[in-house]
Formats: sequence, C-alpha cells, structure tokens
Amino acid sequence: MKKPTVVSRYAGVFVLATVIAVLPLLLPNSFYFDVAINGGIAAIVCVGLNLLIGYAGQISLGHAGFFALGAYSSAILTDNYGWPPIASLSTGLFVVGLLAFVIARPILRLKGHYLAMATLGMGIIISIVLNQEVNLTGGPDGMPVSAFSVFGWEVNSELAWYWIVGGSLIVIVLLALNLIDSAVGRALRAVHGSEVAAQVAGIDSTRYKILIFVVSAVMAAYAGSLFAHYTGFLTPSEGGFFRSIEFVTMVVLGGMASVFGSVIGAAILTALPQFLTVFHDYEHVMFGLVMMLTMIFMPKGLLPSLRNWISKNSL
Amino acid sequence: MSLLEIKGLSKFFGGLHAVQNLEYTVESGKVHSIIGPNGAGKTTLFNIVTGVYPPSSGKAIFEAQDITGLPIHRLASLGLSRSFQNLQVFYNMTVMENVMVGRHRHCQKGFLQSLLHTPSITRSDEEARHQAAELLAWVGLEAYATAHANSLPYGALKRMEIARAMASEPKLLLLDEPAAGLNNKETQEIDELIRQISNRGVTVILVEHDMRLVMGVSDHILVMDHGQKLAEGSAEEIRENPNVIAAYLGSGA
Amino acid sequence: MSSEFLQFLLSGITVGAIYALVGLGFSIIYNASHVINFAQGEFVMIGGMGTVFIASIGVPFPVAMAGAVLLAVVIGISLQKLAIERAREASVVTIIIITIGASIFLRGLAGIIWDRNFHSLPAFSGEQPIHVAGAVIVPQSLWILGVTVAVAVALFVFFNRTMIGRAMLGTAHNPLAAKLVGVNTNNILILSFALAAALGAVGGILIAPMAPTHYQVGIMLGLKGFSAAIVGGLGSGPGAMVGGLLVGVAEAMAAGYISSNYKDVVAFVLILLVLFFMPSGLFGKRDSERV
Repeated sequence: MKKPTVVSRYAGVFVLATVIAVLPLLLPNSFYFDVAINGGIAAIVCVGLNLLIGYAGQISLGHAGFFALGAYSSAILTDNYGWPPIASLSTGLFVVGLLAFVIARPILRLKGHYLAMATLGMGIIISIVLNQEVNLTGGPDGMPVSAFSVFGWEVNSELAWYWIVGGSLIVIVLLALNLIDSAVGRALRAVHGSEVAAQVAGIDSTRYKILIFVVSAVMAAYAGSLFAHYTGFLTPSEGGFFRSIEFVTMVVLGGMASVFGSVIGAAILTALPQFLTVFHDYEHVMFGLVMMLTMIFMPKGLLPSLRNWISKNSL
Repeated sequence: MSLLEIKGLSKFFGGLHAVQNLEYTVESGKVHSIIGPNGAGKTTLFNIVTGVYPPSSGKAIFEAQDITGLPIHRLASLGLSRSFQNLQVFYNMTVMENVMVGRHRHCQKGFLQSLLHTPSITRSDEEARHQAAELLAWVGLEAYATAHANSLPYGALKRMEIARAMASEPKLLLLDEPAAGLNNKETQEIDELIRQISNRGVTVILVEHDMRLVMGVSDHILVMDHGQKLAEGSAEEIRENPNVIAAYLGSGA
Repeated sequence: MSSEFLQFLLSGITVGAIYALVGLGFSIIYNASHVINFAQGEFVMIGGMGTVFIASIGVPFPVAMAGAVLLAVVIGISLQKLAIERAREASVVTIIIITIGASIFLRGLAGIIWDRNFHSLPAFSGEQPIHVAGAVIVPQSLWILGVTVAVAVALFVFFNRTMIGRAMLGTAHNPLAAKLVGVNTNNILILSFALAAALGAVGGILIAPMAPTHYQVGIMLGLKGFSAAIVGGLGSGPGAMVGGLLVGVAEAMAAGYISSNYKDVVAFVLILLVLFFMPSGLFGKRDSERV
C-alpha cells in the first residue's frame, strides 16, 4: 500500500523533471521560452494555492495580492534601496509570510462565501495600496526592476531564467507532494472533509489553516519575486482581481487537490492566450467560460478526470 | 474510580432547556448508555462533553481535570474520542487515510520534516499505517483500505468511524447512535464491537435508540427526559423503574 | 452641523442608496438558494451600459431603461438555469467559482459587444443644483433616493402581503417545508435571480448620470453592495438598506476627511471588520452547525 503512492509520487516528479529538461530542445525561439517561463511562474503560485483551496478547502480570491507583494518587495528593496536581489527576495518572503500570518487568524475563521469575499477584499486592498503609493511603486505607471544577480553573476539570458524557474517548480512540487503525504497533509485534507471530525481527532484546525495560508502566500510571493526580476517591469495589475482569478482558474481547470493538475492548468492557461488570438482578445470571456464549464461539466478538473477515465477504461 | 463527572450541567438554546442541571458520573472501564426520547438532550450532552459547544453552566471533569470549554482538539490528547450521529467522514480521502487521521496525535508532524519527508516522518507514517490496517481488519474493512471513503456503504462508514475514533487510543469513547439506520446483522456487529472496545479497557458512553442493543451491552444506563435525569442504574433496575415505564409507555402509568 | 459635513453626508446617502439596491439583490438570492452571487455587480453594469447602448439605436431613454432592466433579468434567469442549477449539489467553492466565472464572462462580453469606454447617461431631470443648508444636491440624487425608497416599499409589500412574496420568504426560512406545502421552489429561485438582477440594473441606471458607467464598473459596485448586505446582515432586507447607507456614508466621510485615494478601501475594511467581529451583521440571524 505504501509503495504505490511513493512510487507514483516520485514517478510524477520524474516525468515533470524530464519534460522540463527536454523542453528547451523543442522550443524554437525566445517567445516560446517566455511562455514557458511565465507558465512555470504561474505553476509555482498554483501549486501553493491548490494546497490551500484543493487540499485544505479554504478558498482565496486574493492570492495575486501576495504575488504582487513579493514582486514589489524585490523591486523596491533592490531598486530603491540598492539591496542585493537575494536579500530583497528573502526579506520579501519573510514580510509576506508575516503579513499572511497576521491576516490569517481572523480571515480563516470565516467559511465559504464569507472567506471568498474577505480574501477578495484583501486582494483589492493590496492592489489599491500598490496603485496609490506612487513614491514607492510608481503607481499605475509601474516601475522598472533591475536584473537578478547572485554574487555578481547576473541572470540575463532566457535560458538561465528557464532553468531557475523550472528548477524551482520541481523543488516546490516535490515539497508539496511530501507535505500532502504526511500527517500534516492528512490533517489539512481532514479539515476540508469534516472540520469537526478533524478536531475530534486532535487536529487544531485553525493552526493548520493558518499554516497552509502562510505557506501558499510565501510560494506566491516567491513566484512574484522571480517574475519581477524576469520581466524587469511591474504594474499594480499583477496584484489585481483578474490576476487572482486567473490563478484560481488554473487550479480549477487542472484539478483541485491535484499538484500536477495545477502545473498543467497553469501551463495551458498561460499558453492559450499566447497562441490563440481569440483567447488573447477575449481573455475575460474565455477565462469566465473555462471556469463555468469546468465546474459544471468536469468539477474534478482535467487531471483527476483523465485519471478516472483511464482507470475506468483499463478495467 | 470515576472517569468523567458531570456537575450541575445546563445548556439553553434561546428559551429551550436542552440540558438542565444534570449530575452524572461515568465509572472507568464500563459501558454506559444514555437513553431517552428524541429531544431529551442526549446529543447536546455529547456535544458539550466533547467540546462542540460550551455549557450555559456547570462543569465536566475528566480524570480530575476540568475540561469545560476546552477546544475540541485538546480533548483527543486527554483521551476522549467520539463518533457522530450524522456521519462525519473525510470523503476526500481513502478509508485507510480516514483511520490514519484518527492517529494524528501519535504522528510526527514537524512542518519542515514533513516537507522534506525525513526518515522520522516515514517511520511515523509507517507505524500509523500499520495501526490503521489493524483497526480496519478489526472492524472488517481491510478489503476497502485503498478505496475512497465516498464509495463505501453506510453501514461500513459507521464502522470506519469507530475504527477512526479508536485510532486515537482513547480512554473514553462516546458513540452517538452507532446503530442508527443499520439492519439487524449490522447492529449485531456493532454490539460485538462495543463489547470488544470495552474488553480493550476503553470506557464507552453510548447514545442509542435500539433498546435490545442498549440493554444487552450496558453496565449502567442513564435515562434522560426533557434535559433532566429521569433515572439511572443497571439494565435490570431501569427496566423496572416506574418513572421510566411511565415515560416510555406514556399516559399516567 | 457644518455644511461640509452635510455635503459629505448627502453624497454618502446618495451612493449608499445604490449600494443598498445591490445589497438587496445579494440578500434575495442568498435567501432563496444560500448562494452568494458574485455576478451581482454585473447586473449593475448591464443596467447602465445596456441603457446607453439601447438608447444609442434611437429609442427614448425610458424605453432603453426598461430594455436594460429586462436584459439584466433575462441574464439573471439564464445564470440560474444554465449554470447554478446544474451544479446544485456541488460544494460552496464550486458555486463561488461558477458565479465568478459568470461575472468575468459577462464583463468580457460587455467589453466586446458594447465597448470599453466610459459613458454617462443624461440626468433624469436636469442638472440645476439645489441648495440645502449650505450644501448642494443635484436632482439626480433625489431621483436615486426616491426610487430606492419606492423600491424598498414595493419589496416590503411584495414580501409581506402577496402570496408569492410570502412563499419566497417561507422558502428562505425552510425550503423543505415550503416544498411540502406545495411551493415550487424552482420558480422561487428563478424569481429571486430575476428580482436581484432587476434591482442591480435599476441601481446601475440611477447612478449612471452621476458616475460614468464602464464595462468594468460591476466589480466595485458589486463588492460594495455585498459589503452593504454583510454589514446589515446577509439575508435581511432592512439590513441591506441600512448597511448600504452606512457603507455609502462611511465612504463619503473617508473620502472627504481622510483621503479620496483610499475611499474604495473603506467598504472592504467594513466588510472585514463586520465579518471578524459581528459575523451576522446588524440584523442577521446567527446560525450554528449541527453535528
């Protein structure tokens, strides 16, 4: 019983790592690299967000706020204060983690619709602050961000960014899978299944919800920081409502409570607007449709539905 | 020795007196039952003892410690567990995982260790899996271990909840209508499980409507009516108690 | 009372009345289905934008307004029939995602079919300001307040004096019992979405002469309407009215005395405060989970 889960866990990571390793050979030009890098960054956010929404059952419609705070922390500390990027990044993660921790206790007492609205409000407040604090963030016009560098080595090639993002994604997927398959992960899923029964089993549900909220916020901030240095330019829309919805749509499409589903959802919904003009021009309409249709016709999401289909047809 | 003492316990919901000034003592190592008509306050009493809601007044003392108003999750580590009248199953998990959650308090749960899946986590998981497998075999569900909980029939879920509750290694187990909705054969199985739980040294409090089950397994019975104690004693004493006969058989007897 | 304060109060009450209308829509749908309709704000947008574009084909404004309300009602009913009804057994998270999907879908569609510019409607009866104790009020404010009061009275009569209104309240209170006495709960759901859509659209039409409408106005107005419903207590009609006025006034005061940059934050801070400290709002019922 133990073997199959462990084997399939590492087999999945192995497949992901292979795809990431082989992909550069197949990408014809830097436009494709750009799509891949952005997809990877979104995937990092979605893996974290899925831990919160899919596994622990706590919705957040404001995670772009944490993404943007991570991005702006890196940008502001590096460019306005001259910190080394790695120090800005770590500080950003710490600050976002702390903020998420402070917000989490009151906000996670709420359930369902209330939690959704509260996180939505939280995201919008963050985006209003980013728009208004022009001295720090440049306001709606945005701000430039200098390149990422570690000990004098400047990351400026597309390929280098590809390996950084790809490597980060593999590590984060591995950590997420480890977490899910542990007592902590079972506790999170139990809180989703029945909070009162989880508590009877000795699980401090509040503590676990806060924990995973903070973890997912820090993952979003990490992805935001990579994004800031990679694109070199930030606007407050990175923390806006629609960005939050994009992340949730990716999670939902790939499959709630499926780590690899999140990676696939992020990859698909990052690539589609780049390759299909209808998706690009009618972004809102298409994302709205994907959300509605997935929830109505395939509520488990792509990967779990596919898995069900395969196991049914192989009997 | 008394394991649980209820002292002057009352619970009001608005104007409704769900439990009124109840005194009740549970002896260690026995099977206790609470019976009474619907709305007598049995489940309310359960919910207060297991921390689901605080009482309006009064105390619950468990092993000489005041547990009134403690958060639910603290009670597991003191040795209290329960099943639910309306199933509370983790439908998003397998049967095995459901029971493993019951062992939560015995598991390694360091966050960093879990992220890295260190050997100590693997060992602790292995141990939890082993214990859960034994409990599943005990309740006759070993064949369903890897099945998803939502694929199990009702009767099997009832037994799974008992296995999950036992996984925490409680001293006191509260069973809220474990036989409700079950057929005769399934009720027989529950009867047998309760005896075995008691033989393992776990004290049981049972709320149940099935009188044959209650009269058969109980060492002590508390009869409640309108939130108050109507009678208590052995099955024999209860059967002959004029107040109980009046309440159960109705009209002025 | 300083005239400045009075000015802020008046503008707060005016915009608060719109939030109240949107908030009522949230409460009506919530009562019927225990769903929070995240697309509620889009009805407001459809009211304003719909009127602008229907009028642009040459029909008189009153007809265009009626057309926009009708359009919102049709969309509201479709939302219930095509999307929400199909996922009736689904989890709360699923329903939330469906209504959010519907919301950005409608928003996107409005941006394509209509346009992405700002539009104003002409004021219903001129722009000549009226002076009240040193403060100024535009006639449109009176229209907004008047229509809101009329809607509130009509809803009160509807819910308390008519069979169908009472059936709706009964369904909210106990859907099973309502079904048993022969209420068609499906029709009640449809009616609730229709009513909520109409209320939103009316709000959108009323505000369009004062604040330009745009394909993306739905999100903010929707959230503020939600904030009104929460502050007043979700599911309570009077609550939504009082909540709307409180949110509107708090916002106007914050804009006047603190900073207009952060006025949009006020509604969210109110939502968060109420949710954290008084989860059932001013007039709401407290409900607890039974295990």
